[in-house]
Amino acid sequence: MIEAVRRTGVFSLSILAASGRAGILLMQMLGSIPVSLRRYELLVEQLFRVGVLTLPIIIVAALFVGMVLALQGYHTLVDFGAESSLGLLVALSLTRELGPVLAGLLFAGRAGAALTAEIGLMKATEQLAGMEMMAVDPVRRVLLPRFLSGVISVPILAALFSAVGILGGYLLAVNVLGIDQAVYWSVMQEGVDFQQDVLNGLFKSLVFGALISLLAVFLGYDARPTPAGVSSATTLTVVLSSLLVLAMDFSLTSIMF
Amino acid sequence: MKRQLIEITVGLFVIAGLMALLFLSFRVSNLNSDSVSDPYQVNARFDNIGSLKVRAPVTMAGVRIGRVSEIRLDPASYQAQVIMDISSDFNKLPIDSSASINTQGLLGEQFVSLEPGGQLKYLKEGDRIRLTQSAVVLENLIGQLLFQGKTENP
Repeated sequence: MIEAVRRTGVFSLSILAASGRAGILLMQMLGSIPVSLRRYELLVEQLFRVGVLTLPIIIVAALFVGMVLALQGYHTLVDFGAESSLGLLVALSLTRELGPVLAGLLFAGRAGAALTAEIGLMKATEQLAGMEMMAVDPVRRVLLPRFLSGVISVPILAALFSAVGILGGYLLAVNVLGIDQAVYWSVMQEGVDFQQDVLNGLFKSLVFGALISLLAVFLGYDARPTPAGVSSATTLTVVLSSLLVLAMDFSLTSIMF
Repeated sequence: MKRQLIEITVGLFVIAGLMALLFLSFRVSNLNSDSVSDPYQVNARFDNIGSLKVRAPVTMAGVRIGRVSEIRLDPASYQAQVIMDISSDFNKLPIDSSASINTQGLLGEQFVSLEPGGQLKYLKEGDRIRLTQSAVVLENLIGQLLFQGKTENP
């Protein structure tokens, strides 16, 4: 009995300590942004690996999500004779919720896991320790470019997700469901507010991007330097960042809208 | 060579993101059409505004000429005070114009509709539209109808 209570205590303390270490790492990274921007080619390379290579999965997923939204929305709206509002339904769902959240989840699976595995393996093979021996700061050289590229990429990916999803919905609504194309756009423009819906959605995705990137980088850096340690860190990145994105989304939505 | 290729694709990636943002701002949301150009404000008091919302269109003869910018309750008269931004393209609205709250379709969004009056003086910044007609509340209408039906055939 006492043992179980003690274990709970140990667990909570270890979570607290880990969030403390993550906070310190974040501060270290933020502090060294001005220095490391002088070597922007490191950032460009990471933007390519983290952002550009995630693009195909984002575009394909967005296309299908947009089409499914249009199809499902149509079958619900047609009961109320309101199928002309389909464009608004698709656009609002994508810009407010699905764009940021799904882009974040896909990013966590596609890029977050890869970042953790890479950094964890660098640690396990003592490359990070080697850099320190040569007086190269691994936080500046390895962690910061990866973190920044995630923060920059996720809003771009989310904006693309929303845009492509709306176009996917348009393709289905106009070609298959027979909704007038002018109506599709005009209802959307009437109901979507740039600041309220589009900018708030992008702000959400910025928060998600920072969250996922910090988790991915930190869990890799903090992983036990063994094969099992790297693998569990990778799993933890995907699980934790997905859960945190959804929880964060709920709290941001309840504050914003 | 490979370095350049990476830089080009990253550039394209960022440009694609900006294009998506432009698309979201001008095609999807109402960034261009919504802001009333160089507006002047007039206000009107209604007994009941129904479900009129801020940003609802203000129309004359069905043409959109502005939008509702603020709705508040006048504490003295217990009436709703609706403040409207009207585009200065339409600065020759007679001062005795009347305002009514109509509904798009049977259950659609509500909007303010202005009917021109006959005077030669025109509405300007801060003026009040005196003739107003409240929103038709569907529930009251149905209630009246039911009540009439009951009294006429016992």
